[in-house]
Amino acid sequence: MEISIGRKFRLRRLIKRQASPMEYIVMTLLALFTMLPIVYMVSTAFKPLEEMFLYPPRFLVRHPTFRNFAELVIAIDSFEVPFSRYLFNSLLVATVTSGASVILSSLAAYPLAKYPRMPGAKLFFGIIISALMFAPEVTQIPRYLIVDRLGMIDTYFGLIIPSLAGSYGLFLMKQFMEQLPIELIEAAKVDGATEWRIFWQIVMPLVRPAWITLIIFSFIGTWNDFFTPLIFTRSEQMKTLPLMMSNISGGPGVVARWGAVAAASLVITLPTLIIFVLLQRYVMETMAYSGIKS
Amino acid sequence: MTEIASQSTAIKDSISKPGGTSVSVTIKHRWSQVKDAWHEYHTMYLFMLPFVILFIIFVVAPVITAIYLSFTYYNMLEPPRWIGISNYRLLFLEDDVFVTAIKNTVIFAIITGPLGYCISFTLAWFINRLRLRQLYTLAFYAPSLTSGIAISVIWLYFFANDRYGLINYTLINMGVITEPVAWLTEQSTIMPVIIIISLWMSMGTSFLVFLAGLQSVPMELYEAGLVDGIRNGFQEVIYITLPIMKPQLLFGAVMAIVNSFAVFQVAAQVAGVPSPLYAGHTIVAHLYMYGFIHFEMGYAAAIAVVLFVMTFILGQLALRLFSERG
Repeated sequence: MEISIGRKFRLRRLIKRQASPMEYIVMTLLALFTMLPIVYMVSTAFKPLEEMFLYPPRFLVRHPTFRNFAELVIAIDSFEVPFSRYLFNSLLVATVTSGASVILSSLAAYPLAKYPRMPGAKLFFGIIISALMFAPEVTQIPRYLIVDRLGMIDTYFGLIIPSLAGSYGLFLMKQFMEQLPIELIEAAKVDGATEWRIFWQIVMPLVRPAWITLIIFSFIGTWNDFFTPLIFTRSEQMKTLPLMMSNISGGPGVVARWGAVAAASLVITLPTLIIFVLLQRYVMETMAYSGIKS
Repeated sequence: MTEIASQSTAIKDSISKPGGTSVSVTIKHRWSQVKDAWHEYHTMYLFMLPFVILFIIFVVAPVITAIYLSFTYYNMLEPPRWIGISNYRLLFLEDDVFVTAIKNTVIFAIITGPLGYCISFTLAWFINRLRLRQLYTLAFYAPSLTSGIAISVIWLYFFANDRYGLINYTLINMGVITEPVAWLTEQSTIMPVIIIISLWMSMGTSFLVFLAGLQSVPMELYEAGLVDGIRNGFQEVIYITLPIMKPQLLFGAVMAIVNSFAVFQVAAQVAGVPSPLYAGHTIVAHLYMYGFIHFEMGYAAAIAVVLFVMTFILGQLALRLFSERG
């Protein structure tokens, strides 16, 4: 049977793993479509107020200005605390949470990955997998009660400590550590290294992509988290950027400052975009290991 | 010390149960097993200790407390009062709003769960064939990076009720509608809008997992597939890619189930809590309303337990489904 020329081309593409020009066009259009809200966010942050309420509405900015950012600063001046306080809170909570949760999950993942026959390991990992399956909202109320009982409401401890023991992080680290050859650790043991040294000087450097990924997820998750600071804080001094944002954007009796809101959206989103762009390649390396082996 | 303790337990046991020497032997045996494990792995247990303590305090204890509170009346001022299954009876037999919440959540989950999952996989598959992969990945992942509260401001503008809203303006211009649609206050459009926004943002963690999974399929398998007579990309996906990617696919499925049943943030931001006529009311919105607006913690806990049971059963089903296929 003769193979048609069209099919020959398709087969060659399959072999060489090339995408057709059509695929590029469709995917580019889809990507642009998905990016619309982000493009609009960036563009609006630089719009002068007159352009924001134009009819017909205009998507892209025509005369970019930094006035909205100035307005953001003024809007926040009327709050009890300055913008820098919200920024500091967000940075502190996100940095400490992501850093500490990486260390705690890695420490706990190492035994599970390397000594699966250790008594209790299987049971514990089973609980972790089930914990992965329920939404965090499920435990919000009792967690609030516990945090309250521990006297951690309205403190940085309350914003950080409850989020440290996440099942997702442990799971990710365990999958990745399982890929390390056991011989490496055995050899180090023969040389007289303690488990503590093996962990810090051999295992952790080798799974660097995994913990960098976890830092990204944890940082972005904490940075964007609205619910936890909403219920675990009371005073304005402890609030984070998402809560500040909701203060500006509305609420009863508040005249929405559209310029300030547009600027604040960009200010809040920018750090997450930057972090993802910088660390993206590590994400790609790591995620392959996070599948559940059934 | 430990030995003495073990002996005393053994002795006590044999005293309390006359002729129970076999029992004392098993206990002694168990105890020595524990001792051996500790001797061999004590460093490892110490490694796990900080995580386990926090996990018990902030994950396990809250779950157990939630289950207990769901059988009580608790308004946070007086101590919880045991009322048996009243909360559940009220929830299922008399709370019409909860029925609406379940209905909305299920509709939302049935549509966005599978659809978001398939879109994520399809896009990941195509991106994997393109150059400038990182750029495309960023473009599709970016909506998931944004804080819900920041992006919701933009959605509010896109779906604004008057003719200033971008969607209304575009549709009027195209002649699809003549009058602006009140997307966010009209009962019939709230849920569709929430679904559309969620799908727009569905290229999240699972999307990245799929991408990485695709990159990890060995090239030799594709070559072998061509030799074995695979003709097109579709066959390749069915016979080679999907079976290899089972771990990632399962992971994505579990994430999709959990996320779609926990829908709240988008709904709350664009439609409010409670939304007009409860049209965008979901289970978590209901939980939030009773827990943090009415301060009826016992009732809210019952809602939490119902959500947990639903998610857990579906998660187990997904686990079973994926392990049978292999």
